[in-house]
Amino acid sequence: MQMLLCSAGPELDFYIKGVFSYELFGQKLWITTTHLSMFAVSLALLILGIVVNRTMKKTKEVPSGLQNMIEFAIEFLENLIHGNMKNGDGFLCYVGTVFLFVLTSNLSGLFGLRPPTADYGVTFAIGLTTFFIIQITGIRAKRMGHFKALFEPVFLLFPINLVGEIAVPISLSMRLFANLLGGTIIVALWYALMPLLLQLGLPSFLHAYLDVFSGCIQTYVLCMLTTVYIDDKM
Amino acid sequence: MNQITDQGLIYACSAIGAALAMLGSGFGPALGQGYAAGKGAEAVGRNPGARGEIMTTMLLGQAVAETTGLYGLVVALILMFVKPFG
Repeated sequence: MQMLLCSAGPELDFYIKGVFSYELFGQKLWITTTHLSMFAVSLALLILGIVVNRTMKKTKEVPSGLQNMIEFAIEFLENLIHGNMKNGDGFLCYVGTVFLFVLTSNLSGLFGLRPPTADYGVTFAIGLTTFFIIQITGIRAKRMGHFKALFEPVFLLFPINLVGEIAVPISLSMRLFANLLGGTIIVALWYALMPLLLQLGLPSFLHAYLDVFSGCIQTYVLCMLTTVYIDDKM
Repeated sequence: MNQITDQGLIYACSAIGAALAMLGSGFGPALGQGYAAGKGAEAVGRNPGARGEIMTTMLLGQAVAETTGLYGLVVALILMFVKPFG
């Protein structure tokens, strides 16, 4: 293992690297490659938002071009939400935001960035947000019945129910993180270990499977599970 | 046997552990996903009209079944690259 990594040399890069450090409250903090690629993803989404805003201000009766794509995307998200939730109004904002961000992050590996979702900090933040939304939805829908559900059907099952609740954000975030990290590592190993001749063209199959297919499926699954978990508490 | 350093032994055992983790966690999800795909093909054969819905249900089930495999992958990656014991 050590020898394999040594022979791969310095060009094997799937690690998160610090770009520059600063001090805050006596702590040494780092701006890492994750921050940079997240910044790029946010910038891309911001530009997309501005362009979409411009386009949708002059909508046409018969959609064409970008308007067509936007209507398709919104319809897709609404189908996803209303197919899984009894009362899904108002969740389009959160699920749509997560969908766009995670999808763009997963596809950013194609542009040579290190996907932000291959950092456990990012995916765990998404998982925690989903966890709190699930709990708040439960409390709003059932008041104290939400906590009473932890003791059902028997009082003795409380620890198991509690673990089941806490496992939700961990399993959501771990699934996305491990998929993306696995893909990143496989691509990085290929680029580092193969001779130059095999680095031309052939990795496009790897990218097509690991970045595009796997990334899209995982985005879809993440949003679907989010809606299913929220619906479970309503 | 005297040439093996403690560090080397730990690295070797970590590599074996990573391989075992991937062996176990690769086996189960593969079986589960294959079974789900087979059942999905069966369902599409019986009712080709419901292809889209069957597809989404199958993919969701497969992604959930894949989770245990990914936990194993995370353990293997930690053993290989983070080196918690060395």
